Order: sequence, then structure tokens, then C-alpha cells
Amino acid sequence: MKEGPRLTKSSLRSAVFVTFVLLVVSLYLFPFYWMILSSLKDQMQNMAYPPIFWFKPTLANYRTVFQENPFLLFLWNSVVVGFGATLAGLALGLPAAYAIARYRYRGIAFAVLVARITPGISYLVPWFIIFTQVRLIGSYTALVLSHLTVGLPLIVWIMIGFFEDVPQELEEAALIDGCSRYWTFVRIAVPLTGPGIVAAGILSFILSWNTFMYSVVLADADTRTLPVAVFGFLSYGGFDWGALTAAATVITLPVLFLAMVIQRHIVSGLSFGGIKG
Amino acid sequence: MLLFPLAYTVHLSFQEWFASSTVPPHFVGLKNYWDMLKDERFLKGTVRTIAYTILALGGEVGFGVAMALVFDRTFFGKGIVRALFLLPMVATPVAIALVWLFIYDPATGVLNYLLSLLGLPQGLWVSQPRTVIASLVLVDIWQWTPLVMLIVLAGLATLPNEPYEAATIDGASGLQIFLYITLPLLRPYIVVAALFRGIDALKTFDIIYVITRGGPAFSSETLNLYIYSSAFEYMHMGYSSAMLVVFFCLVGALSVGLISVRRARS
Repeated sequence: MKEGPRLTKSSLRSAVFVTFVLLVVSLYLFPFYWMILSSLKDQMQNMAYPPIFWFKPTLANYRTVFQENPFLLFLWNSVVVGFGATLAGLALGLPAAYAIARYRYRGIAFAVLVARITPGISYLVPWFIIFTQVRLIGSYTALVLSHLTVGLPLIVWIMIGFFEDVPQELEEAALIDGCSRYWTFVRIAVPLTGPGIVAAGILSFILSWNTFMYSVVLADADTRTLPVAVFGFLSYGGFDWGALTAAATVITLPVLFLAMVIQRHIVSGLSFGGIKG
Repeated sequence: MLLFPLAYTVHLSFQEWFASSTVPPHFVGLKNYWDMLKDERFLKGTVRTIAYTILALGGEVGFGVAMALVFDRTFFGKGIVRALFLLPMVATPVAIALVWLFIYDPATGVLNYLLSLLGLPQGLWVSQPRTVIASLVLVDIWQWTPLVMLIVLAGLATLPNEPYEAATIDGASGLQIFLYITLPLLRPYIVVAALFRGIDALKTFDIIYVITRGGPAFSSETLNLYIYSSAFEYMHMGYSSAMLVVFFCLVGALSVGLISVRRARS
């Protein structure tokens, strides 16, 4: 007979818990919901008060974004810079992470930490001066080099953990068979850490895609990336909220999709290996 | 690419140089540093940056730990909920800032509307100096509390069972167990989360720049934004470099402080 009240109490508790979860989740998703909803409204509906929740959706804002602006060019710029910075980051970051994991190079590890901590603007001012002098302002080179400093520390930090997990015995066997350290790295360590490399690469690409401050200073009209372009709409677009939220949706959706692919690695990547997920 | 710019910044901080003029850089000693002490925008910006960071950090660690304790159990759909919490921290900050600007709109914004439905007072949010910092902090908290929560959640998963069993046998209350067992065991995780959130909050740029550009009337201009306009709008490179040195030291001091706290306690 004692079971009765206890059951009610625990089911009450779980009802409270479920309500809490739903409340927190809807609070968290509301800005995304509102972004997509507003992108499907016309200007009148977006300015209406009280705000409208039910209406006939239109894709006119997406047409505005792509037809009245070189939005495909900005999209292309973001992709080129993101890939460039990520590939360069992997080329430099994989050997660096391997060296730290196998030989405990504290110096490299410290430099990477400093790069992660330093405010971006501390780099941006000297770069701006140097890139102006060598006439690289507005070039992909300047953008890729600057975005590299966003992704590289993260790639190194994620990959240290993965390289440490590669069994030493495998590498020692290869070394005994006459494989050089370099080929051991290329033939054994890199293939065995494939999933880690994919995760680090995607996270580096996302961060480059999101980077705003470097691009707004170092890009010109032809190399502008998406965040800079959207910021431009905000400044000169006269608050056309439909088009603005449509542009925001176009930028955000690819990132959200990529994030779902590598979700296990995001927290440890962003907290710099603070935890291993 | 990483160390040279820092050295170059220190060098420039002793020079007087407007990049927009034809006068070349010339050595002025500590003048730029003296000027900072008399520069109200710099002093207020520094205080504002620290206030922003303390508020954001307090909110994120407080809510983050609380949410981790609530979510630390298995329930249907936990994986999905966990994945959803990742969205704010990976979404493009410029896009997020723009959406919040729309939500905060005092005249037609949905936030004031929802508050009016609940019978709560409405606000001017980012449109008046008195509330702008708190409103920006709210966006930061929305965006980054999940990171703290997920780090702490990972910490909770590693906790041993024995101290809890012993404490329960000794008749400890829930609060005592939390204060004397859970919290000390979680400390390394909380410190890691606070370290990274604190450093990044000091450096916040995108969200503030897109939502307010430091306004209204400079009331949300943090150090990062002031240096940005000093360098790229006024082209005052020498003075900006001196401010960068101070900013770098501020971020460095927080890092060293938090790391040493972590060492001492562990």
C-alpha cells in the first residue's frame, strides 16, 4: 500500500521535469524559430503589432536576397576562404599536434594556447598595416591567413587527443620495419585518426564561416564573405526585416547542419579539450 | 603570423601615427599610455568590458551548473535536447545578433509582445543606455550557458559513487551533499568553463557591434569596440596599439589568474 503515494510523487516530479525541459528547449529555439518565421513574411507582416504567428508564407525575401545582391558571390567567397583556411590549418596543425602528442613539445602547445587566448583585434591591427603595405587588402590570401588563426589552435587541440589514442605499438612496429617517423605519421597516425580530422576540419570551417571582424576589415567588395554582406544589409537595407532574416537563415542553416554531423566533438573543441566528450 | 604581430604592436604603441596622414610614425615614448589615463572613452570602456564579463560569467556559470544538475539523468529524447543546445554556440554570431535586434525592437518586437501577454513590464532593451549592457549580456548568456552546462554535465558523469553513499548513510541533506561533495568534485570542470567563457566574454565583438555599434551614445562601447573604431575609423594606429597592449594584459591576467586557481585547488 505504501507504493501508491510514492508513485504519484515521482510522476509529479517527472511531470515538472518534462515541463521544465520543454520550457528551456522552446526558449532556446525561439530565436531560430522567429528568424525562419520572419523570413517567410512580407514587410507589412513583419512590421505588424501585435506580431503575426499565422500567415501565408512567401519566398519573396529569398528572391530579394539572391536577385538584388551578388549573394552567390559572397557565398562562394565564404566557401573559398573557409576551405582555404581549413586545409592550411590541417596541413600545419596535424604535424604540430602529432609532435605535441608524441614528443611533448611544450613550446608549440604554449604558442597554440596563446593564439587561442589573444584577442583577435591584437592581430588585426598589425595585419591591416602589413597587408596594406604589401597590397594584399581585399585578397583571398589575407582572408585565409587571418581565418587560419581562428581554426588552427582548435585543430591542434582536438588532434592532440586523437593522436594520443593511437596505440604506440602500431607505430613502433612500423618504425622497426624501417618506416621513417614521417611515413609512420602519414601512413599510420593520420589514417587511424580520420574521424578526428573530419571533426576538426568541420569545426574549423564553421568558425571561419562565422568570422566577422577579420573579414569586415580585410575584405573588399569582391571578396566579402557572408557575415560582412549581411552586416552590410543591416546598415544600408533600411530594416527590411524579411530580407535580413532570410539572409540570416541562409548563413545559419549550413552551419547548423554541419554542427549536427560533428556534435560529439563541438564542446571539447570549443572548450579546447577542457573535457573529452 | 602569431608572435610577430604582438611584438609589432608593442613597438607601435610607443609611436604617434595616423595611418590616414602622410606624416610617418615617430617615437613619442609613453605619451599614448598617458593619454589613455585621461581618455574617458577608454576608461569607461574598460569598466564596461569588465562589468559585461562579470555579469555574463556569473549568469552562465550559475545557470549552467543549475541546468547541468537538472539534466543529469536519463530521459526520453536526451540526445536530441543535448544536440539542440549546441545550436546557439555554433550559429553565425552576425545572424544571431540581427535576430535579437529584431526581437528587442521596442515598438514592434516580439519580446515586448510576449511580456505584455504575461502581464509583465516592457522595456526599451538595447535602445536606451540604462538597459543596453544587461540586454547584450542576456544574448551572451543565451548563447553560451549551454557550453558551461555541457562541460559540467560531462564532469557529473565522471563523479564516483562512494562519497555519496557514505554521505547518505551519515544522514547528510541534499544541500550538504551538493555543497560539500558535488561542488568540490566539479570544481576543475567549472574552472575550465569559466576560464574560456571569461576570456571570450572580454573579447566579445560581433554581437555588440552588430546590435548596437557601441551605442546609444557610446553606452555599450567596450574596449574591443573602442579599439576597433580608434584603429579602423580614426586610423590612430599608435594609440590603438597602446590600448591593445593594455587589452592583451587584461585578457592575459584573467587567464593566468584562473589557471593558477585551478592549480592551487587541484
